[in-house]
Amino acid sequence: MNSENEPGNAVSQRPTLPDSRPVTLRVNGTTHHLQLAPWTSLLDALREHLHLTGTKKGCDHGQCGACTLLVDGKRINSCLTLAVMQQDKAITTVEGLAQGDELHPVQQAFIDHDAFQCGYCTPGQICSVIGLVNEGQAKTLDDIKDLMSGNVCRCGAYANIIQVAREALERNTGL
Amino acid sequence: MRPFSYTQSPDVTTAVQEVSAQGAKFIAGGTNLLDLMKIDVMSPSHLVDITQLALNTIEETPDGGLRLGALAKNADTAYHELVQTRYPLLAHAILAGATAQLRNMATDGGNLLQRTRCYYFYDTHTPCNKREPGSGCSAIKGYNRDLAILGTSEHCIATHPSDMCVALAALEATVHVKSSQGERAIPFAEFHRLPGDTPHLDTNLHPTEIITAIELPAKGFAQHYAYLKLRDRASYAFALVSVAAALELEGDTVKEARIALGGVAHKPWRVPEAEALLQGKPASKENFRAVAEAYLAGAKGYGDNTFKIELAKRAIVRALEQAISMEGKS
Repeated sequence: MNSENEPGNAVSQRPTLPDSRPVTLRVNGTTHHLQLAPWTSLLDALREHLHLTGTKKGCDHGQCGACTLLVDGKRINSCLTLAVMQQDKAITTVEGLAQGDELHPVQQAFIDHDAFQCGYCTPGQICSVIGLVNEGQAKTLDDIKDLMSGNVCRCGAYANIIQVAREALERNTGL
Repeated sequence: MRPFSYTQSPDVTTAVQEVSAQGAKFIAGGTNLLDLMKIDVMSPSHLVDITQLALNTIEETPDGGLRLGALAKNADTAYHELVQTRYPLLAHAILAGATAQLRNMATDGGNLLQRTRCYYFYDTHTPCNKREPGSGCSAIKGYNRDLAILGTSEHCIATHPSDMCVALAALEATVHVKSSQGERAIPFAEFHRLPGDTPHLDTNLHPTEIITAIELPAKGFAQHYAYLKLRDRASYAFALVSVAAALELEGDTVKEARIALGGVAHKPWRVPEAEALLQGKPASKENFRAVAEAYLAGAKGYGDNTFKIELAKRAIVRALEQAISMEGKS
């Protein structure tokens, strides 16, 4: 992983593709200087270059929501944006939510409500619930269902995920 | 994804210069373009990032309308106070499309330039006149449940996928565009094209032009409107048929009616002569059905999508009834 303390170490020992360029990403409060090809998605930059593998790759086409993370507090699909286009923004991934050993209330709520089975969609679901609270547009149960429709759960834990979202909205547990 | 070069433009003048290079395309929200680049349906050799251009504001116009900057996000537009109060039809249409994540990324200008979701356009192993002109249309005799019933040609039966554009058609928005040659304003009805024998062209925007803004006229039909979207699941699905309906009423009499259909054609579908049938008439179910029949005159089914003809007629009647009752609207 590259951070401000060790600029470019890991990358400089690896052959880089012709068009790579310096890209600065601010992830979970830490600034990282990377050397990336322009076609590197934000998701691939996080997983393959920063080794932050909490954000998952499901469909890689914006259909499943597994790659959901927060940019300046709002939800996006990190598979459908280029890393080079997200420079100097505040990127929050699931790794940036806990305070030390203390889980973010939405992470804890996923455990308390048994809101996952296999867990692959869960980091995206957690970020999506936090984004739902931050964005402040969900007023009703129908709103929650509609505004969470970008996160697919193939295990079908929806009923419990909705409970988490209701609780998060009631307690206002955003970022 | 195929390799490409990348530049970020500081202003519109630079952007339109940079996009004039062979193989160059603009990127803003990127939600549709990157998706298509990943499966090799689109393969620009250069991307011009326009996200730093000062085109993201939503402002009132001197004549009482609203100007949506091309880079305003779909979510910011739908939740904007002036859009919610004066153009609720547009807000509803935007929120009927995509997901919260995608609406946070996608821009208003980009929404107009979405490509079709025809399965064969996406499947590079099959012929498609839109993707590869002259190769043939796999949809006409293939699986065509989602595809067009109006304005089709023997070369293409793709639909335009946008919900936002259906409302913009009903509201008679204007698209402002710019190039190194100057600026022009395109009425919404003339922005998108029918497939004809050039299905590879979705719009009348020239490749070197940039959309700078979408202008809404003062009349927003906030009193009587409905956006009815019929689809295979309740959220995050493209329309089988959608209807943007807007009415101006005097008592029980229709003063003006606007109707635009989505999911049925290569562009948002409007028939002003059919709308005019309601003018000065009582807002009755019988009159609505007459308009619906006129709207679907000339519709042609291709097998799997033939059900859409009757579905669209019923959807028009239901949307107009909803626009009158305004049931469930705050």
